[in-house]
Amino acid sequence: MATRDLVRIALFAAIIAALGLVPKFDLPVAGGVPVTAQSMGVMLAGIFLGPRKGALAVALFLLCVAVGMPLLSGGRGGLAPFFGPGGGFILGFVPAAFTVGFVMKKLRDIPLFAGAFIASVIGGIFVDYAFGIPYLAWKANMSLAQAAFGSALFVPGDLIKAVIAGLVAQSAYRAVPRSIDGRA
Amino acid sequence: MISGYLSQETWLHRVPAGSKLIGLGVTTMLVFPVQDWRILVAGLVAVLALYASAGWPAVRRMGFLKAFLPMLAIVFGLHVFTGDWVAGANTILRLVMMILLADLVSMTTTMQQMMNALMPVLRLLRPIGINPEKVALAVSLVIRFVPVLGANWQARSEAWRARTGRKPSWRLIGPFLVETLRMADQVAEALDARGFARSTQKG
Repeated sequence: MATRDLVRIALFAAIIAALGLVPKFDLPVAGGVPVTAQSMGVMLAGIFLGPRKGALAVALFLLCVAVGMPLLSGGRGGLAPFFGPGGGFILGFVPAAFTVGFVMKKLRDIPLFAGAFIASVIGGIFVDYAFGIPYLAWKANMSLAQAAFGSALFVPGDLIKAVIAGLVAQSAYRAVPRSIDGRA
Repeated sequence: MISGYLSQETWLHRVPAGSKLIGLGVTTMLVFPVQDWRILVAGLVAVLALYASAGWPAVRRMGFLKAFLPMLAIVFGLHVFTGDWVAGANTILRLVMMILLADLVSMTTTMQQMMNALMPVLRLLRPIGINPEKVALAVSLVIRFVPVLGANWQARSEAWRARTGRKPSWRLIGPFLVETLRMADQVAEALDARGFARSTQKG
């Protein structure tokens, strides 16, 4: 792997961390559940770096969390978050970022905002929830339906994040086209 | 950077990281099928005793649990909603126990020890193109750049607030990403100028 790719992966992992450390985002939230920009960082990793590098950036971010850096939103870190009920949503970030990048590539010919939004919904919501919901059902000892019902609380916030991810991608692309992998 | 590591030495600090990780994994599997609340309470008491044996600083650190409260409340609420609050209580007991135990491992193990314990696993991944040396460099870069990017973001949001009088907007993220990726390319050039690409194996 070229040094350039390695450093881009590392700095994107740091971006995901920075987006979690800054909780001051006024996203309309459902049911008082705190919503931070962190899962949007996962969508953006796939959009900006493409499937492989995007997934590696997220995996690196999770490795840093697991070895003890308190980088998850709310200052959580170490092994504990992976053992909590939401651990599946965290582990699902890796395939989520891969899927976002993969769908982005497939949708190369449609307008950037639409492509990034659709990719974020498929990867950042469908794929991430596909890992998060069974894990929640397993850890919290409930049925899949119950787990899905509980997780539905987060869908509105995540939809907003997918819209913003698309808008961010568009604004970055207009400024520096080659910042989006495979679009320049 | 702040970290979850507990700087005061306890007896748990002297246990090898690998043993603690294996112990954590085994406990997870043992606790999973348990449905009897008495065993779960006993397990939780045992974990609390471990905290107590590690001293007051460790006990005080249990406050981190409040970050998990919203999620635990949802889980408990769902169980009560379907009319089975006993199963809900059992679930919460098990989750709290495992979260506390996992954090006890994290707070008594340095990042270096964790990385060393992971190295054999990373070496197994070499055939699929993961180079442990490069992983180590990437982790160091994250450690170095999280505070840099945090400060950069802070400066942008303060400037935004000064200009608009409103809270930071998503509009700040695009330029932040573009500039960070540009910085990444400069860092990569600097590394290569110092012979990094030639000094590491391919992969």
